[in-house]
Amino acid sequence: MVRFERTINMPEKILESFNVKHLSILDEKGDTDESLMPSLSDTDIKMMYELLVLSRTFDHQALNLQREGRIGSYAPILGQEASQIGSAFALEKTDWIFPSFREIGVYITMGYPLHMLFQYWSGDERGVKTPEELNIFPVCVPVGTQVPHAAGAAMAIKYKNKRKAVAAYFGDGGTSEGDFHEGMNMAGVFKLPVVFICQNNHWAISVPREKQTASKTIAQKAFAYGFEGIQVDGNDIFAVYKATKDALDKAKKGEGPTLIECFTYRMSDHTTSDDASRYRFKEELEAWKPKDPILRLRLFMEKKGLWTGQYQKEVEGRAKEAVDEAVKKEEAIEHPEPKDMFTFTFEKLTQRQTKQIRDFQ
Amino acid sequence: MPWTKVYVDKSEFEKAAQLQKEGLRGLTFREALKEATAQMMEKDDRVFVMGEGVDDPGGIFGSTQGLHKKFGKERVMDLPIAENGMTGVAIGAAMAGMRPIFVHMRMDFLPMCMDQIVNHAAKWCYMTGGRTNVPLVIRSIIGKGWGSAAQHSQALQALFMHIPGLKVVMPSTPYDVKGLMVSSIQDGNPVMFIEHRWLYEQIGHVPEEIYTVPIGKGIVRKQGKDVTVVAVSNMVYEAMKAVQPLEAEGIDVEVIDPRTIKPLDEDLIIESVKKTGRLVIVDIGWKTCGVSAEIAAVVAEKAFKYLKAPVKRVTLPDVPTPNSPVLEDAYYFDYKRIVSSVKEMFREV
Ligand SMILES: Cc1ncc(C[n+]2csc(CCOP(=O)(O)OP(=O)(O)O)c2C)c(N)n1
Ligand SMILES: [Mg+2]
Repeated sequence: MVRFERTINMPEKILESFNVKHLSILDEKGDTDESLMPSLSDTDIKMMYELLVLSRTFDHQALNLQREGRIGSYAPILGQEASQIGSAFALEKTDWIFPSFREIGVYITMGYPLHMLFQYWSGDERGVKTPEELNIFPVCVPVGTQVPHAAGAAMAIKYKNKRKAVAAYFGDGGTSEGDFHEGMNMAGVFKLPVVFICQNNHWAISVPREKQTASKTIAQKAFAYGFEGIQVDGNDIFAVYKATKDALDKAKKGEGPTLIECFTYRMSDHTTSDDASRYRFKEELEAWKPKDPILRLRLFMEKKGLWTGQYQKEVEGRAKEAVDEAVKKEEAIEHPEPKDMFTFTFEKLTQRQTKQIRDFQ
Repeated sequence: MPWTKVYVDKSEFEKAAQLQKEGLRGLTFREALKEATAQMMEKDDRVFVMGEGVDDPGGIFGSTQGLHKKFGKERVMDLPIAENGMTGVAIGAAMAGMRPIFVHMRMDFLPMCMDQIVNHAAKWCYMTGGRTNVPLVIRSIIGKGWGSAAQHSQALQALFMHIPGLKVVMPSTPYDVKGLMVSSIQDGNPVMFIEHRWLYEQIGHVPEEIYTVPIGKGIVRKQGKDVTVVAVSNMVYEAMKAVQPLEAEGIDVEVIDPRTIKPLDEDLIIESVKKTGRLVIVDIGWKTCGVSAEIAAVVAEKAFKYLKAPVKRVTLPDVPTPNSPVLEDAYYFDYKRIVSSVKEMFREV
C-alpha cells in the first residue's frame, strides 16, 4: 500500500508583473514638476507655443473653408495639439513618420508646406506628394494599417544600421485592428527602432474608448509584446515631449520599441461630415475644456515671463498671415489634367495605358 | 407591374401612384432595406446585425437607423474596428446556427476581410461536404463623391464574383433591395450584398409584407429590339435615362438589370442578345476582369453568331479613383456616355 509521507505546497508563482505609469509634468494651472521637466530652452518653449497656435489657426481656417465649400471633408485636431506637436517636436527631420488622417499638428511641426495640407484636404492628392527633404508618409485613411508599415520602415533602418527611428501615429480605435497588434508584435520580437504613438482622444467616430477595448489603458498593451508602454497626459506638451524623446533615444540606441498613449480628447466632431452632439454628452466636452493644452502652456510661460499680451498678438498675427498665405497659394495651383490619373497609376506608363489615355481624350 | 418598374425620380413615382387606384406604397431604397432587416429580425431570432456604427444615430446612411432601440444592442451590435477578425466572428456565429448580417460602411473595408471571406466563408460548405454551411450576409456600400477617393469608393464586386462559394447581389430598386435582402438572409451560403450610396434616396413601390426576390434572376427593365444594355446597380437608372435620347435617334433599347451578378441570369441576357444582336454592358467597376468582362465572355461563348457588332463596355478606366474633383469628373460617367457608346456602335457598323 502506498503511503504519502508528506504533502507539499505548490503555490502559483508570479512570473511577471507590470506597472502602467502615467506621466504628467505641466498641470492645468501652468505649474510644473521641475524634477521631471525635460531640457528645453526658452526658445524651444516659445517655438512649441507658436506651433500650437499655428496648428489651431490652421484647424480653424480649414473648418471655415469647409463650411464655405472650398475644401471637401476635414478631420480637426482641436484639443489634441499638444499630443501632436509635443511628440513631433522630439523627432528629427531624418526620422520617419507614419501618420493616420488626423495629424496636421505633426505635419506642421515637421515643416510640411501649409498650402500642400490645404491642397490635400481640398481634394487634390498632389498635396501628399511629400517634399524630398521630409520623411513623412501620406495620410493613411484605412484605420490602423500604417502600424505594420512603420515596423517595416524600422526594420529597414535596422538593416541599414542607421541612427534613426520611426514614429507611428494612430488613434484609440486603431488599436482594435489586427494590423496594430501584428505590427507591435513584430517590433517587439525584432527590437525595432519604432515609437508607437496612440492619440487616445476617447472616441472613434461614435464609439467611445471603453467600447473599443476592455483594457484599463492602451499603454498596457505593449507589455504583451515584450516592451514598455506609458500613458502620458496628452494635453501636457512637456510630458508628451519627454516621453517621446526618451523613447526615440532608446530606439536609436537599439533598445527597441515603446508605446506611448497620449491621453487626450477630441474636442471637435470626428470630421466635418459628423455631428458629435448626436452621440456624446455636452458635460464630457465641458469637463475637458479647462484642460486645454494651449491655455496651460500659456499660463506656464506667463509665470516664466515668456508670455505677454503683445507677444500673443504677434504670434496670432504671424499664424494668421502664414495660413492666409497658404490658402492663397493653394487656390492659385492649377488643376490637374485628366490624363494625370493614368500617369501615376504605375511608375511608368504601360503600353495599354498609353492607348487608354488616347481613348479617354 | 408597379414593382418591376424603375422610377428615375420621385415625381415619376408620384405620378404613377396617382394613376394606381389601389395606391402604391412608396418607400425609399434605405427604408426598404431597413424594413426587410427589421421584419426578418422579428420573424427569426437567429438574425442579427453587426458592424461599425450600426447603432450610430446616422445608422449606416439610415439603413439601420434606430434598429438597436427596437431590438437591443445584442442584436444590433456596434463593433471594435477589426474587420477581418469580426468577419471570423460572424462566420463562427453563422456556423453555430445564427444568421448574421455584417454591415460595412464602405466596400473598401472588405479587402481587409479577404482571408475570412475567401478562405473560410466561401469554403466551409464545400470542405465539410455540406455539413457546415455559412449563412452570412455581408453588406457593403460603394461610395462616390468629393473626398471618397482611392481608398473610400471602390466598386470591388468583380473580386467576389471570382470566388466559388460566394453569391453576389447588387439590387437597384427599393422593391428588389427588400426582396433580395430577405432571400439573402434565408440563403444557406454567404451572400455579398452590395449597395451604391446614391441609391438610398431612390423611391419605388414596396409591399408591406415579407416577400422574396430570387437570387440569380435578372429582369428586363425596358423592352426594346435594337440593342441590349445590361446595367448594374445604380447604372440601371443611367441606362433608363439613356432610353429617350436614343429613341430620338431611332434606336430602341432593351435594358436588363441582372440584380444578381453571381449567379448571373445568363439565359435572360442571351435571349435578349439573340433578339437585338447588340450588347452594351455598363458597370460601375473597372474594365479589366470586371463584371463587364464576364458578361461579354458569356455572350461570346453562347450567342456569338447573333452579334451584329462587337460588344461594347462602359466602365471606369483602369486607374484608382481620383480625389481631385476635376479628375473625378473625368473618371465617372453618366447616361450621356451610355448614349454616345450606343450611338457609336451603330455608326461603326
Ligand atoms: C479599416 C477601416 N475601418 C473603418 C474605417 C472608418 N473609420 C474612419 S475613422 C474611424 C475611427 C477611427 O478612430 P480612432 O482610431 O480612434 O481615430 P480618431 O478618428 O479618433 O483620430 C473609422 C471607424 C476606416 N477608415 N478604415
Ligand atoms: Mg480616437
